[in-house]
Order: sequence, then structure tokens, then C-alpha cells
Amino acid sequence: MNRRPPSTLAVVATVLAKDLRVELRTLQSVPAMLLFATTIFVIFRFGLDRTRLDGALAAGVLLVTILFAALLAINRIFVAEREQGGFEAIRLAPADGTALFFAKAAALLVYLVVLEAFALPVFWLFFLDSGSGLVPLLPVLLLLDAALAVTGALISPMATNSRARDLIGPLILLPLLVPAMIAAAGAGQHLLAAGGPSYEQYGTWLAVLGLYDLIFLLIGWAAFDFLIED
Amino acid sequence: MPALPLDEAGKYVAAAYVVFVVLLVVYIGIMAAKLGRISREIEEIADLAEEQQAAGSGQQAAGGEQQAVEEPAP
Amino acid sequence: MKASTLRTLALLTALLIGAGFALVFFYAPNEADQGFIQKIFYLHVPLAIVALGGFVVGGIHAIRHLRSGDPVHDARSYVSIHASVIFGVAVLVTGAIWAKASWGKWWVWDEPTLVSFLIVFLLYCTYYPLRYAIEDRERQARYASVFAITAGAFVPLNFMAVRAAESLVHPRTFGTVDGGLPGDMWLAFLVCFAGIALLWVTLVSFELTAKRTSGQLSRLRRALDESADRAPAGTGVAGRIAPGGAGTR
Repeated sequence: MNRRPPSTLAVVATVLAKDLRVELRTLQSVPAMLLFATTIFVIFRFGLDRTRLDGALAAGVLLVTILFAALLAINRIFVAEREQGGFEAIRLAPADGTALFFAKAAALLVYLVVLEAFALPVFWLFFLDSGSGLVPLLPVLLLLDAALAVTGALISPMATNSRARDLIGPLILLPLLVPAMIAAAGAGQHLLAAGGPSYEQYGTWLAVLGLYDLIFLLIGWAAFDFLIED
Repeated sequence: MPALPLDEAGKYVAAAYVVFVVLLVVYIGIMAAKLGRISREIEEIADLAEEQQAAGSGQQAAGGEQQAVEEPAP
Repeated sequence: MKASTLRTLALLTALLIGAGFALVFFYAPNEADQGFIQKIFYLHVPLAIVALGGFVVGGIHAIRHLRSGDPVHDARSYVSIHASVIFGVAVLVTGAIWAKASWGKWWVWDEPTLVSFLIVFLLYCTYYPLRYAIEDRERQARYASVFAITAGAFVPLNFMAVRAAESLVHPRTFGTVDGGLPGDMWLAFLVCFAGIALLWVTLVSFELTAKRTSGQLSRLRRALDESADRAPAGTGVAGRIAPGGAGTR
């Protein structure tokens, strides 16, 4: 019998694989996110009374949609753990509780990347004249997804274990995510500009997003254990 | 932006400082209310303790006279 | 904290604030560009700095709470954040008054410092629903501490991000090209800052003392109720009085 406790990486991989398998089988989160995003695009079309978007408006619509779709997934990500004893299991296992944090953040990241794989073409179809701005937007979106994933994995257990479950998560996350949104929109508005992508301050915004991700990753790493304690 | 004439500017400055003072006074009021509640509770507890003391020594409880309770120092 | 210390704190605060305001109105000269309006600066900026500092202090207490598990640190964290939120209200209101007087509108978006502060303020406002949504006392304290640490780290990050999307509308009194504040304005500012900072400390100390006292009263009451229960029957001891909301929040 293997007496060494499993490495954190092994635990992360196991939990992540479990989550992805469950999601694949039950299709709880991702299809809802896709449908949600598409419908929000339609609502924006009518709310703004626009059929073509560019610049800051395009970036805003896209990013807000991704944000709200992410909130859907974040609200659900720890529910199974709470209801089926996942928190206790991690506490009892000879594994670092932080592994759960990394696994959940990774799962959220995967969901968001899948979401964008579908939502970006739809967005292009609905609103954009040219898709040339989307390719340089991908790194920005990836870092934004990481930001959503990391803060979501940090705040969600607090929300899930509270009384006002679906309310507390978004309530805390929205102000918390403002710097990431500022950075993503700052880059996005230039990349989606009408005359073709412009790389004004591209590096700066990527750096801000990267810093944001790093800081909250560190905080999650340091503090997550306290969230799953009894 | 050119500076406002003194009488107009004065109103805004006064407003800002008044807001500050009002917030402060409201806070003091809330603290005073808390202090009042604490004082009342101390009196109740003092009464309760005395009743127990009187009952415990087997004598009739001294008829409910209020002992002066020293207010907590500010 | 001893009563005499509280008294001294309060007196010192009153003195410093009084001296500060006196300096503002009788000593510091009128600023060239903004005129008399600039006097709000002596109130608004110290409030903002102290509020932000208070949030960071709340985060530090939260770290100590998580490491030690001692609820005292949690109380300090909560009260620090609470006081800073109240100061934050004052910052936003005085900021709006200053904006109206300077630029004609009660709120301007292209103005990084005030916008950053608004976001920080909104985040810390969610501290209360978070605490109230968790019933278990210990878990509530732990989650609140994680929040306080996260939010504390968020403050500098947020200011950086908003500034990167910046404009030059907000008067940057300290970093201006023309040399910043002249000496007599500096003095007035520093005294006001010291007074407001001490005000924060005083209010936090009073609040903490009140909390602790309430807590001790609850313990006393519980102890008396228990010993009343154990008293021999038939002595006519008064039944328990329902505790009148003495619990700490």
C-alpha cells in the first residue's frame, strides 16, 4: 500500500478530472452558460438598439456577458461539495485543502474557455464587421478567465456555506473583479476598434491582469484552508 | 476652472465640514445609546446578583431596593 | 482599554482636530487656482487616507485572527473595517461636494482617485451581508477574515488599475509639477491628518470597549442564570431575565 500522501498536484488532477467528468455527464453548467451568453447578446442588440458594435461598446457587451455567464458557473461550483460531503472528504484526506482551490479554479477556467470557444464566433456573427481583433483578444480573455476562476474559487465556498447563497457570491465578486474588467475592457476597446485592432497599452493591460491573477492566486493559496475548516 | 466667489464657495466648504460634524455627532449618539443600554443591563444584573445573594444566605430578599450602581467610567 | 486612556485619546483628538481646523481657516492661505473651495481638501484627503489605512489595518487584524484563532483579533478587524466604511461615507460625500463646487457636477467618472475609492467602498459594504449570512460564530469570523485579507490586498491593486485608465482631472496635490503644497498648507494638512487619524483610533477604541463590555455582561448574565438554576427550590429566586440583545454583533 502506498504510504506517502498524494502530492498536491495529484489531488488537483484527480478533483479536476472528477469535476470535468461530472460536468460532461450531467451538463449542468456549460450549456446553460452558452445559452445564457447567446440570449444576453440578443438582449443587448435590442437594449442598445444596435446591430453592429465596435470599440468600447463591443468590448463592454462581450466582457459583461462573459462576466455574468461566469457568475452562473461560480455559483454552482461548490454546491456538490457542500451537499455531498466533499469538504469533509478533503479535510479528512491526507491532502492539502489548497488542492481543492486549485482544482476548482482550473475547472472554472476550463468552463470559461469552452464558453468563449462558442460565444466568440456567435459574437462575431452577431455584431462584428471583422474578426481580426478577436485573435489578439484571446490572451486578454484567457487572463480574464483566470481572474474569474481564481476569485470565483476563493469567494464561492464562502457563499455556498452561507444563507444567502446565490446572492452573496455575485455581490462580493462584482466589486472585486472591477480591476480585471477595467484591464480587459481597456485592451478590448482598442482591439475591437472599427478601423482594425490597435495595440495601444496592450502590454500594460496584460500586465495588470497578470498581476491581478497572481495576487488572488496567492491569497487563495494562503487562505483557502481556513474556508474549508469545520 | 475659475474659482467660485467667496460667498458661494463658502457654502460648499461649510457643507463639507457640517457633514463631517453631523456624522461625528450621530456616531456619538449611537455610542451614548449603547452606553445607556449597558448601564441598564448592569443594573439588572446587579439586582439579579443581590437577589441570589439574599436567597442564598437564607434570609428574605431585601425588598427590591435599587442599589446605586456606579456608572462605567467614560 | 482603560477609561483614562480612552479619555486621553478623546481629548487629544478633539485638540488636534480643533487645532487643525483653526490652521485651515486662519493660517493656511487660499489656493491660487481653486480659491476657498480648496479648504475641503484638508478634510476630504485625510479622511480618505485614514479610511484606506483602516481597511488595511482590518486586513492585518484578520491575518492575526486566522493565525491565532483568537476572537479578539476578529473583533478588531470588524471594528476597523466598520469605522473605515463610515469614514468612507464621509469621503464620498465631501468628495461629491468638492466635485460640485469645482467642476459643477456632483459626480465625475473620469477621475481615478474618487472612482477607485467608490469601488473599494462598495466592496467593503458587502462585508456586512457576508457576516450576517453566516450563522455559526466561528465560521463567520473565519470567512470575514479571509474577506478582509482579500479586500485589503485589493485596495492597492484597484487604485493602480483605475489610475492606469486615468485622467488628469483630479487635483494631484502632492505630485504636481509646480512643487506641491507650500509649507503653511503642509502644516495645516499634517495637523488635520493627525487629528483625523487619531479620531479613527479613538472611535475604534470606544467601539471595541463597548463590544467587550457587552460581551462580558452576557457572560455575567449567563453565569447568574446558571447559578440561579442551581439554587435550591422554593427560595423564590427570580427567574431568568431574557437577555436584552446584549450579544455582540
